[in-house]
Amino acid sequence: MSATLAAAAAPHAAVAADGGFKAPGVADFWQPLVGQGAFAFTRPALVLILSVGLLGWFFVSVSRKLEVVPSKRQFKAELVYGFVRDTIGRDVIGSKDFRRFLPLLFTLFTVILVNNLGGIIPFVQFPTFSRIAFPIVAALIVYVAYHVVGIRSKGGVGPYMKSIMPPGIPWWIGWFVYLLELVTFFITRPLTLALRLFGNMLAGHLLLLVFTVGGEYMLLHGGNIGIRGAGVVSFLFTIVMTLFELVIEFLQAFIFTMLAAIYIAGALAEEH
Amino acid sequence: MKGSLSIVGYGLSAIGPGIGIGLIFAAYINGVARQPEVRGQLQTIAFIGFALAEALALLGLVFGFVFT
Repeated sequence: MSATLAAAAAPHAAVAADGGFKAPGVADFWQPLVGQGAFAFTRPALVLILSVGLLGWFFVSVSRKLEVVPSKRQFKAELVYGFVRDTIGRDVIGSKDFRRFLPLLFTLFTVILVNNLGGIIPFVQFPTFSRIAFPIVAALIVYVAYHVVGIRSKGGVGPYMKSIMPPGIPWWIGWFVYLLELVTFFITRPLTLALRLFGNMLAGHLLLLVFTVGGEYMLLHGGNIGIRGAGVVSFLFTIVMTLFELVIEFLQAFIFTMLAAIYIAGALAEEH
Repeated sequence: MKGSLSIVGYGLSAIGPGIGIGLIFAAYINGVARQPEVRGQLQTIAFIGFALAEALALLGLVFGFVFT
């Protein structure tokens, strides 16, 4: 266990024990700060707590003193809120009952966005959702939410199970379609919701890690001037990839919230 | 050279969803260009299709971790 602690204290070491290049991997994402094993207090947990504190402080302090002519901070807060309300809430769920779900959607969007951005903010530099436990919990919240909404709006578990079936399908293919819909509703949807966020954050951060660690190794341990030059190019590419990550991080927060809204809208709809 | 064959497997499994997602968003952009007022409805449909098509690539990602 002391090996993992050392790995957490010092960033990834590019040089292996035998002097060769040690490629960064999934193991680099396990960074316990206090304690060890399953109940360790890890770096993503710290980032999550910090982000929740930051979001809570920002939005509570902004909404305490709302003015007709908005201040700069109020304008920024309204920009984010308006985006979630109009583009995700009203356009997808519909103007009749999107208001009930705005707290859920807005919380999901802001928490995921700030935690994703933590992947490229200097000194934080850890996307929380690259540890699978965090996207699983986020997906579970959505999973429970859209099933509860569906059962309530259809009036019981039985009618809800019946409403999963798309209308107008002949009986001889219907049982198979129903099976596929069951798998989609109860397995594919939560699974892909969690894995999409996890996969994008893990792969994106690993990409940055590969370019940085590889650049360092080529620059410091490269044999000739050509390889050392390639190390410099690798560092430059890290900057380009960081900008690319910024786009991906925003997009993943948007897609997660969008799909949550779509699943809730599907559970609310009168016909399938 | 050393490596894992599962990486190649993941690359192969990502081809299909890649093409599929491209087709879905191409159709979405076409639709919005022709009829900008149905953007909201098309967006929902496009994202449902995108989520389903991408599921295959995501399963490939998981199996890449499983069969190391």
